[in-house]
Amino acid sequence: MYRYDAIDRELVADRAAEFRGQVARRLAGELTEDQFKPLRLMNGLYLQLHAYMLRVAIPYGSLDSRQLRRLAHIARTWDQGYGHFTTRQNIQFNWIKLADTPDILDELARVDLHAIQTSGNCIRNVTADPYAGATAEEIDDPRVWSEVIRQWSTLHPEFSYLPRKFKFAVTAAAKDRTAARVHDIGLVLRRARDGSLGFEVIVGGGQGRTPYVGPTIREHLPVDSLLSYLQAILRVYNRHGRRDNIYKARIKILVAALGKDEFARQVEEEWSKIEASQADLPDTELARIRAAFTPLDFQTLPARSDAFEAARTASPALARFARNNVKPHKKAGYAIVEVSLKAPGATPGDASADQMDLVADLAERYSLDDVRVTHEQNLVLPHVKLDDLPTVHAALESAGLATPNINLISDIIACPGLDYCALANARAIPIAQAIARRFEDADRAELIGELKIKISGCINACGHHHVGNIGILGVDKKGEEFYQLSLGGSGQEDASLAQILGPGMSADKVPDAIEALVGAYLAVRQGEERFLDTVRRLGMAPFKEAVYADAH
Amino acid sequence: MPTLIKLAEGRFSAAEDVFADVADEDVLPDGPVILSLTRFQADGDALVSAGRPVGVRIQADEAVEDLAYDLPRLAVVALVFPKYRDGRAYSSAALLRQRLGYAGEVRAIGDVLREQAGFMVRCGIDAFAPADGSTPEGWAAAAGRYRHVYQRAVDARPPAFEERG
Ligand code: HEM
Ligand code: SF4
Repeated sequence: MYRYDAIDRELVADRAAEFRGQVARRLAGELTEDQFKPLRLMNGLYLQLHAYMLRVAIPYGSLDSRQLRRLAHIARTWDQGYGHFTTRQNIQFNWIKLADTPDILDELARVDLHAIQTSGNCIRNVTADPYAGATAEEIDDPRVWSEVIRQWSTLHPEFSYLPRKFKFAVTAAAKDRTAARVHDIGLVLRRARDGSLGFEVIVGGGQGRTPYVGPTIREHLPVDSLLSYLQAILRVYNRHGRRDNIYKARIKILVAALGKDEFARQVEEEWSKIEASQADLPDTELARIRAAFTPLDFQTLPARSDAFEAARTASPALARFARNNVKPHKKAGYAIVEVSLKAPGATPGDASADQMDLVADLAERYSLDDVRVTHEQNLVLPHVKLDDLPTVHAALESAGLATPNINLISDIIACPGLDYCALANARAIPIAQAIARRFEDADRAELIGELKIKISGCINACGHHHVGNIGILGVDKKGEEFYQLSLGGSGQEDASLAQILGPGMSADKVPDAIEALVGAYLAVRQGEERFLDTVRRLGMAPFKEAVYADAH
Repeated sequence: MPTLIKLAEGRFSAAEDVFADVADEDVLPDGPVILSLTRFQADGDALVSAGRPVGVRIQADEAVEDLAYDLPRLAVVALVFPKYRDGRAYSSAALLRQRLGYAGEVRAIGDVLREQAGFMVRCGIDAFAPADGSTPEGWAAAAGRYRHVYQRAVDARPPAFEERG
């Protein structure tokens, strides 16, 4: 965890006080809803179909037990007892009363949390690899750089009224768990041949109605030039991004219109005119931020835990959990544990207050007080001793949090859809639930292997359907909810956009269609090939045939 | 005469606006004027040479760099905020101060609201024509809402990393 100091705390407190004043003016009728809207949107407060929704920032998806317990408390006190973890590693509360929001922000501020820049056309919460600081794959800790960006972008005077919202993802591992290539800016830390640390800078990826896999505009930006370079990108975008049409206002449209090379040239030209000493952080501050991450007290342990090996031999459930939800840690004797929020029949990403409390307890006792939120809407206990895995698994199981399905067919991303969202064409959550139930058989799910299904209730693509191995998009067909399937997307290091399979279908047909796709895959897959690899090898034809054969 | 809020030496106060904001089709009045960029490029030289205080109105889609060589002779650069959420003028202001070294008045006009005061001040704007009837006191309160800032900007406020020193 990055430990706040007095300055960080006072900034958040000032923000909470400011919003309290604004809400008071609204409730007293001094502000109309029109005047209030931009103010509440600066604080993550949306008006949804049934109530206000409050989105709380979880910077780079990182929480300690104290913060998670506070989120549970908010869910219990001011919401209906649960919260929704999002693909931006944030949490949303769906049933909030306007008059309660100042108290909620105060509660959050007491544990260094806030809702700053979780909405509006500004730089949003920065997301990062949820395995940061735990995976051996990383070449540096992406949280340090995410925190640098968080501070720089917080209330940035020049970049708070951009043409459109702006999202960063930062990773330092070869395996991309952040969907960096479909963000406004994706930063991938790499070491050059000479050993120097730099960022691959990817700009202009995105989803929504015009999805793009972002091009790389710089292969190796020296890390200490990060902020001046970001300033150059943001300034080019702020000045030249389109503002006449919100559907064309994201940076991806500017990058595509100018072409990657011309966009890069404009950025480099602007960058060459920025005085680095004014824009980049001094080394002392970089060092301070790095040091403000609590050093973790890892023990020296053997790589193998007899207790865990014996328990997993005795318990098929633990063995399955270990196969799917437990990932290698950089320290011998430790593991990364994924906590699935995708139990069959559950709403993907939802966690009850009791579940949050339980995960907070486990984090405190068994994971060095560290919890992460993944962009795939699960939680992670990043530093669990192998010796403790049986206990942690049993505790998770008792709370319905041990579904062994990470990266499997029922580990579905779904947006709120028509159950909550005013923009939706169709429901997304019930589709996810129906598919998860259909593939509830864990043996079968493992046999199918990695398969990422992502569902959005409309073209805005909050559910990432463009980068689903199978994407499902809700559309409106003459007043009826219809679903369009697409195949072959990936949000990972091998990013690609899914292609539409064929005509849409009604909700009840979707699980059968998924069944048909899976059947076609299993019939032709070679060796260890994932569903995605098979689609890439064979193209759409066999899958189209499988789904639409009846229609001939 | 319309009033402005002006910032000088850290204090916000009300000031009479002595400049006439002249549209392209208007007949040129006497006294200090603010002209569009086009009109300034046509008539500015003569007016400035005659000793008249002249300002230029820069629309959100116009580049302040086009004024680079005229800046030392300008009394005001008025940046238009067509809507409060159109943030281009923040970049224009920052460029005027940081890159082009302009030391005269930078004025915010258009959809200029109190909630933006802090950002405007930090980008180097020092005169405001509020569209929401704000008073200098209200403006000062809004601009001073935060005890700390994280990033270096045009103003002299020390960023958090300097405060931490
Ligand atoms: C229910 C209220 C919500 C509304 C009104 C809403 C609205 C939107 C809109 C309009 C877009 C398109 C933006 C564009 O293309 O410029 C979008 C994109 C997106 N939203 Fe949402 N959204 C909501 C909830 C969510 C939730 C719950 C999540 C996370 C689970 C989410 C994550 C995203 C992501 C990842 C994108 C696509 C990436 C991007 O292009 O930014 N949204 N949303
Ligand atoms: S994809 Fe559409 S339906 Fe789903 S949350 Fe986003 S805006 Fe709402």
